[in-house]
Amino acid sequence: MRFSLPRFLSPALLAPALLASDRQADRVVPPSGFTAQLTLFTAGAMAFLAVFALALSLASGRLADRWASALAGTATIRISAPPEQLDTQVAAVVALLSTTPGVASSRVLDSAEQRALLEPWFGPDLPVDALPLPRLIELTEASPGYDGEGLRLRLAAEAPGAVLDDHTRWRRPMATAAERLRLLGALSLLLITGSTAAMITLAANAALSANLPVIRVLRLVGAKDAYIVRAFVRRFTLRALTGAAIGTVLAMLGIALLPRADDAGAFLTGLGFQGFGWLLPLLLPPLTAVVAFAATRYAAFRTLKGLT
Amino acid sequence: MIAFENVGFNYGGGELLSDITLRLAPGSFHFLTGPSGAGKSTFLKLAYAELRPTAGRVSIFDRDARLMTRDDVALSRRRIGVVHQDCQFLDHLPLATNVTLPLTVANRKGDPQDLAALLDWVGLGKLADALPPQLSGGERQRAALARAIITSPDVILADEPTGNLDWDMSLRLLTLLVELSRMGKTILVATHDMNLIRQAKSQLAARVLRIQNRRVQLAGADL
Ligand SMILES: Nc1ncnc2c1ncn2[C@@H]1O[C@H](COP(=O)(O)OP(=O)(O)OP(=O)(O)O)[C@@H](O)[C@H]1O
Ligand SMILES: [Mg+2]
Repeated sequence: MRFSLPRFLSPALLAPALLASDRQADRVVPPSGFTAQLTLFTAGAMAFLAVFALALSLASGRLADRWASALAGTATIRISAPPEQLDTQVAAVVALLSTTPGVASSRVLDSAEQRALLEPWFGPDLPVDALPLPRLIELTEASPGYDGEGLRLRLAAEAPGAVLDDHTRWRRPMATAAERLRLLGALSLLLITGSTAAMITLAANAALSANLPVIRVLRLVGAKDAYIVRAFVRRFTLRALTGAAIGTVLAMLGIALLPRADDAGAFLTGLGFQGFGWLLPLLLPPLTAVVAFAATRYAAFRTLKGLT
Repeated sequence: MIAFENVGFNYGGGELLSDITLRLAPGSFHFLTGPSGAGKSTFLKLAYAELRPTAGRVSIFDRDARLMTRDDVALSRRRIGVVHQDCQFLDHLPLATNVTLPLTVANRKGDPQDLAALLDWVGLGKLADALPPQLSGGERQRAALARAIITSPDVILADEPTGNLDWDMSLRLLTLLVELSRMGKTILVATHDMNLIRQAKSQLAARVLRIQNRRVQLAGADL
């Protein structure tokens, strides 16, 4: 028997394997309750996990994009100085920024905005004006951006109380982390696919060993390998498809029912799918079926090759 | 049909069969005898390519068994009806389905009337719906013979087909085999039953092969 791996995945092989004309081939192998349930459960559990891995990957991808684009381009200058010097230093910084190449615009945050920033921590009744709070200037970066070190040096010279906080110190690792998370999600998907293939191969091997006498009888009466293989492949493919469909639907329900907070930036509540993203997990059941088809076919041909 | 040329065989130990040369000509009827353990079943397995010779050459329908692919073997089995010594069935399917299995795996449809006639002929008409584990040893052998001949194969190889049968039923099976032989089938029956051989020789020209000292020889006329 000659066969090569790519043939496993040919749709031309997949479709006939599932057609009703093979019901007869299916019947010659006795129904096997245990491996059937095992395959169903495995496919379901793996699809369930895969949906979450997919959601994680998509959500962290979105997060990475948002952090990279929304946060990029803004920076804050914090000015702490004795009250009598504060206004002069703010004016000096604003003047300095207007002549700095790479800075598109700058804006001094008023006390209402500062109160809004602090409110989550200190509550609404904070007497902002009475406190010796630093003043904040928000600057928007042009493209190409400014030279951070150069700006820091000039600030130190002209307004000793000014500190440039260009976000990148914490923004970059977070964007990188989100990017990693996206990769890890994708890697998990690959691992889940591989485990599914491995587990279905094991279940198929168990079913094949349990049915060796049946296979011998079929060989004796002139059944070709392809016929025997179809009986097993059809069964495992359909089971995997069913299990994966159940797992996928349950996981999608679970994600759809996650509470949705108003805060769009919250990572956990942003875990769901968005728009066309909801169609992606629907690919998992057919993918599982293809994996089961290839794995069972491989296992069955290998078992048969070992028999006379 | 099936030819052995200087065939030797061993299961990995000492030589079990050696230097066997013979031809099963189309339409011939052979018996194969010999002491238990002499290699009768082994010989039959060589003849339907379940085993490959370790020396010499077995040709099945003019093809070297050693060069046949797995599909070639499957296709050749559709032209060779085999009755195993230990008749194996698909235990979860009723007798009638088991008997028509050779047609099923070849994607052929059988005539239900032919099936009914065949089952009646081997005395299993009433057991068509029984599951194989519910059958007696003799019933299994008759079912195995029915399965072997349902495709009307060119060659019939039977290993002790009357081992569990009473004399009446043995005669009945013999009549069936004689009938098939007259239709031109090539037949080889391994058996210990000398009475059966004598009975057959009174009805047609059957040759008797004997496995002795690892060789297959034509037995003398003393039978
Ligand atoms: N698969 C095997 N591996 C090793 N030895 C085997 C195998 N099958 C059979 N043998 C040995 O080969 C010898 C011949 O066996 P075979 O079944 O051909 O005998 P037989 O003539 O059919 O005997 P019986 O009349 O009892 O059916 C026996 O000694 C048996 O033990
Ligand atoms: Mg024997």
